[in-house]
Amino acid sequence: MKVLGGWERVLILLIAAVYLGFGLGIEGFLSPYALADSTYNVSEKALLALAMALLVVAGEIDLSIAATMALASLAMGFAMRAGAGLPLMLLAAFATGAACGWLNGWLVTRCQLPAIVVTIGTLSLYRGLALVLLGDQAITGYPETLATWGNGSVGDLIGVPALIVPIEFAVLLVLALAVGLFLHATVPGRRLYAIGANPVAARFSGIAVDRYRLGVFVFAGLMAALAAVLLTGRIGSTRPNLALGWELDAVTIVILGGVAIEGGRGSIAGTLLAAVLLGSFTFALGMLNVAGLVMSMIVGLLLIVSMVLPSLGGRVRAAWQRHRMPAQA
Amino acid sequence: MKLALPELRREWVLLAIIAVIVGAVGARAPVFLTWRNVQDIANDSAILAILVMGQLMVLLTRGVDLSVAANLALTGMLCALAGRAFPNLGLVPLLMLACAAGALLGAFNGLLIVHFRLPPIVVTLGTMSAYRGAIFVASGGAWISDHEIHPLIKGLPRETLWGLPALVVAAALVVAFALWLLRWRREGRDLYACGGNPAAALVAGIPVSRRLMLAYTLSGLLAGLAGLLWVGRYSIAFTELAAGYELTVIAACVIGGVSIAGGVGSVGGAVLGVLFIGVINAALPVIQVSPFWQQAIAGVVILVSVVLNARSQRSPGRQILPRAQGVAA
Repeated sequence: MKVLGGWERVLILLIAAVYLGFGLGIEGFLSPYALADSTYNVSEKALLALAMALLVVAGEIDLSIAATMALASLAMGFAMRAGAGLPLMLLAAFATGAACGWLNGWLVTRCQLPAIVVTIGTLSLYRGLALVLLGDQAITGYPETLATWGNGSVGDLIGVPALIVPIEFAVLLVLALAVGLFLHATVPGRRLYAIGANPVAARFSGIAVDRYRLGVFVFAGLMAALAAVLLTGRIGSTRPNLALGWELDAVTIVILGGVAIEGGRGSIAGTLLAAVLLGSFTFALGMLNVAGLVMSMIVGLLLIVSMVLPSLGGRVRAAWQRHRMPAQA
Repeated sequence: MKLALPELRREWVLLAIIAVIVGAVGARAPVFLTWRNVQDIANDSAILAILVMGQLMVLLTRGVDLSVAANLALTGMLCALAGRAFPNLGLVPLLMLACAAGALLGAFNGLLIVHFRLPPIVVTLGTMSAYRGAIFVASGGAWISDHEIHPLIKGLPRETLWGLPALVVAAALVVAFALWLLRWRREGRDLYACGGNPAAALVAGIPVSRRLMLAYTLSGLLAGLAGLLWVGRYSIAFTELAAGYELTVIAACVIGGVSIAGGVGSVGGAVLGVLFIGVINAALPVIQVSPFWQQAIAGVVILVSVVLNARSQRSPGRQILPRAQGVAA
């Protein structure tokens, strides 16, 4: 199995360029603490992107994933208000996430609807429910443990202060490894590619396509819940506009990571690398005091360029070969 | 003729539902049925109708344009800036600027989609953030508020033409144009063919690339026009103007029976979809439902209408090709 294809190598080069370029240009960018800091703003989004990668590989998409986060965080907050302990709060969050994902999957598989329309609808529904339930209020006063999960480092947890890897990033790495092994090295994972490449052929070759689709949607809901728990712990409050617009960031990471939007192609390594690239890039721009919106503009342009480049490259190569053909003949 | 029946019936059903809602709300609050309120709803729906006509053309080709709201905001900001810099500018140059800027932004989408064969959803996702960021760059992040907006831009939506508000007249003209294009012009009919079966359209000699360019350019042009009207109506231009509105536009199309899978949809249905959203949004405050419910209700409506769409589209398919399906199975 080839872990690093051509596109993944390009991403590694880009990451190296970002770290070298900004490392030389910005004082303190390459210090260990800055590096650890740079993972915070991307870890939760990357968790969403991992689930989104599975969905896109299987030919689906979930635009309601960030709204699911808001509902999961809300469920956790309400559980806390009702006097539940931490385990019950987590259960509430994960159950809500799974329920949201299941509804998406049920609508897509049972009613045979395109995922993009369904999840635009449920995006409105979930976000709207969060607004209805919480209005313009916020839930605060979460237990200390949650804040530690969101802000702490692995070193604090195991008693080695020198290890300053943030817990969120460690969670991301472990999950990326697990999802990557699942997608690339197990039969169900490989079947997701078959489903994404040609769902009809996959069905005829005996794959329970709808069951896989439903499963991936539920997984996306669970990942959204996990991201919600970490984000809520990190910022310490729940608002209805939590993670607003993050679904687009997750899609951007997945596409930048080389996953084909029409399904059937892509890798988890690419997704993770794209997340790191975006995280370090936006962190560096943040250190340079670039405004958030300009950052998102640059990310948007990056997304377009990353898609145009391979196509342009192919054309240049084809022209070059046409140019050389007569000489060889 | 039998083929046209379910589609026709669907639109009548939607119209009946709207009538029932209007009647029920009117019975509870007679103020809802006043001419004044009807005008308000029409005014509020006019800009949405203009955007929906552009989106309809793109959806028919099996594409989607997520950048309409960002295009609207960018063009609106450019017009506001131009109006501030040149107070002597007339209405015609302003209108031309809005249409040209919008069309250019739309054509850029089309160029990327047609020339580089990129999926529309990803391209317009990228340009959505790129255009949004460009507003920030153009305006320096500042707001252009009421007193700085060119009086002609502010005056335009408040004009009346033939006893009707100018906004409604503009929307009616755009709808009439879309109706003419999609019903009686070869270019418009080709859009249906491109979305219904792109490969067959190409084989049948339809210049698919040019038609796609046309659809995206028109969608951009209409978004630009809507931008000028939006800035005039609300008398303000800022970076986050109409953020997230692209989902409302797509929702109106889906409610109106336009298929996201391309090739299916009518101008009449789309207009009814706009009307439905307009009526719901106006009815909620009248019957004293918290505006927080708006989004959740919109989500439910989208889901219900896509499920209904799928139902009404599946049954004719079974009747037409019973034998072909038997062979395939």
